[in-house]
Amino acid sequence: MIRFIISRILQSIGVMLAVGLIAFALFTYVGDPVNNMLGPSASTDDRARLRTELGLDDPFLVQYARFIGRAVQGDFGLSYQYARPVIDIVAERLPATAELSLVAVFLALLVGIPMGIYAGIRPRSWLSKLFMSVSLIGVSLPTFFTGIVLIVLFAIVLRWLPPFGRGDVVMLGWWSTGLLSWSGLKSILLPSVTLSLFQMTLIMRLVRSEMLEIVRTDYIRFAQARGLTSRAIYFRHALKNTLVPVITITGLQMGSIIAFAVITETVFQWPGLGLLFIQALNFGDIPVMAAYLVFVSLMFVAINLFVDILYFVVDPRLRSGWT
Amino acid sequence: MHDGPILQVENLRIEIPTRHRTLVAVDDVSFELARGEVLGVVGESGAGKSLTGAAIIGLLRPPGRIAGGRIWIDGKRVDNLSQAEMRKVRGRIAGAIFQDPMTSLNPLFTVGQQLVETIRTHLDMSRAEARARALSLLAEVGIPAPEQRLDQYPHQFSGGMRQRVVIALALCANPKLIIADEPTTALDVSIQAQIIALLKRLCHEHGTAVVLVTHDMGVIAETADRVAVMYTGRIAELGPVAEVVRAPRHPYTAGLMASIPAIGETRDRLYQIDGSMPRLTNIPQGCPFNPRCPAVFDRCRRERPETVDLGGHRVACWKHGEQEA
Ligand SMILES: Nc1ncnc2c1ncn2[C@@H]1O[C@H](COP(=O)(O)OP(=O)(O)OP(=O)(O)O)[C@@H](O)[C@H]1O
Ligand SMILES: [Mg+2]
Repeated sequence: MIRFIISRILQSIGVMLAVGLIAFALFTYVGDPVNNMLGPSASTDDRARLRTELGLDDPFLVQYARFIGRAVQGDFGLSYQYARPVIDIVAERLPATAELSLVAVFLALLVGIPMGIYAGIRPRSWLSKLFMSVSLIGVSLPTFFTGIVLIVLFAIVLRWLPPFGRGDVVMLGWWSTGLLSWSGLKSILLPSVTLSLFQMTLIMRLVRSEMLEIVRTDYIRFAQARGLTSRAIYFRHALKNTLVPVITITGLQMGSIIAFAVITETVFQWPGLGLLFIQALNFGDIPVMAAYLVFVSLMFVAINLFVDILYFVVDPRLRSGWT
Repeated sequence: MHDGPILQVENLRIEIPTRHRTLVAVDDVSFELARGEVLGVVGESGAGKSLTGAAIIGLLRPPGRIAGGRIWIDGKRVDNLSQAEMRKVRGRIAGAIFQDPMTSLNPLFTVGQQLVETIRTHLDMSRAEARARALSLLAEVGIPAPEQRLDQYPHQFSGGMRQRVVIALALCANPKLIIADEPTTALDVSIQAQIIALLKRLCHEHGTAVVLVTHDMGVIAETADRVAVMYTGRIAELGPVAEVVRAPRHPYTAGLMASIPAIGETRDRLYQIDGSMPRLTNIPQGCPFNPRCPAVFDRCRRERPETVDLGGHRVACWKHGEQEA
């Protein structure tokens, strides 16, 4: 198991180096840092001096190594847009996106799993059929559309919830959390529901189809023959067996949650990384774009690693192969 | 406490509705099982053995359903119980063992967890007491080093060892009846005899009655007190093992017996019944065995034979019906 985890960590480092290469290529070939720093009116001599100072004349590999070295220390240079260190801006925005994504995933699991269990155990009941039809809508509606509908309904017509923003935040060290204030909680509700809807329906459908299959297995039949209660059979025996696919899909879907967060953050003017990225895109703020790329990849890689480790926790058959 | 038969099945009929028509998979099956008795059930694949067993413990898979007849376990009518009520009977009064030990156990829980949860479902025991009972059960079914084995997962056991665990699980609450549906078919031939011997010994010690479904007449001859021979969802013949084996009354049973080599006997070719059992969709008129029967006569093609009781030995065949009439 230790060996497996180490090999996965090495793989993850490989992935991050490759992502770093793309981010570095962005820096070097898309924008011209000298132009950005000196402006178009600077003399040729000044430009040449700055190029040498910045090390832009060094061989490619040396520059790449330097970029990675800085990135590891969190140094992505200055934002063109804000003229502040990129890392500071990212650190300000990261908590908003992290909280939004985590609350969305949590909601998706919290609602999707019980609905899926119910629909799997009682496939013929009218409630299950309702879940299935509603989930079809959930899968097919685009995120920005659900977001706007929710805003119109709950913020404009009913006036229960704020239409945009993050509400009041509380600082925990450098981490700003919206989860500890009433207005923060009210603010996160609509965007997180919007963001989780797709995952929720996906998880519900997944759990349902797994359940349908698992309740037909021999070990469930034998569990019934042993006289176990329905609760033990469904929530202990069957549910645990649906967990492996649910973990896989949830892990994979974290990626699309972060991707869709860009849209949700734009619709709700949520001050997170996604909104930052969209603004950076409009401004041609390459250091911010590069940092976003690296951060998002880092999250992907970390989540994948975490999912791999979770498999071992859930399935003993995997554990024995590696101990 | 009731002290009549542990199991009574009366005119059991199981139907399977399909898109085109409703199949009658089990029809007019009746038998009784005394306390501690072992009843062997034999018959070709598709004869309705598993469906009968599943109906007894209330685990028929939909769309299959009990369409007629009655079942009593330990004097209690069970065929019309709700799932919740039937659950209280299962495991405690009547248990089951299925064919494949590789898939009968949940792969994600240790053997000990599965034993302890079963014990605690039925008996009022603390976790520690249940664990102690689990240990003694594992020892009783002949698993070496049970203390270590208790915390292992099913995949760490061989097929034979798993079926021992399955037997231990079925015996957790000392049920009075066990339905064992081909408990050794999926196992290595060398292990089959051990498992059957174990099952026989344990049930004898605990006074548990067994319905033992198997294809192996040898196992029946050695283990069962009585045997029921099934054909196309009906009981063709039912009687004490020694009688049925030595002097089968139904031509189908006779064919089955002739196809088993006796010990020490050498024959070039074993006898085989011609043809195969008809599918449920085209059971012939009259006696369902008539197209394959060497002793067939006119009446067999027209009328379904009634069951005749020849003194504790029942047979559904016109040969005997004629004599009685
Ligand atoms: N869900 C179902 N749909 C259609 N036919 C079914 C269904 N379940 C069982 N049957 C049919 O019912 C008949 C009896 O099945 P059963 O499983 O009881 O046979 P069996 O005697 O146990 O055979 P085997 O020795 O192969 O286990 C078979 O012909 C089978 O095809
Ligand atoms: Mg069967």
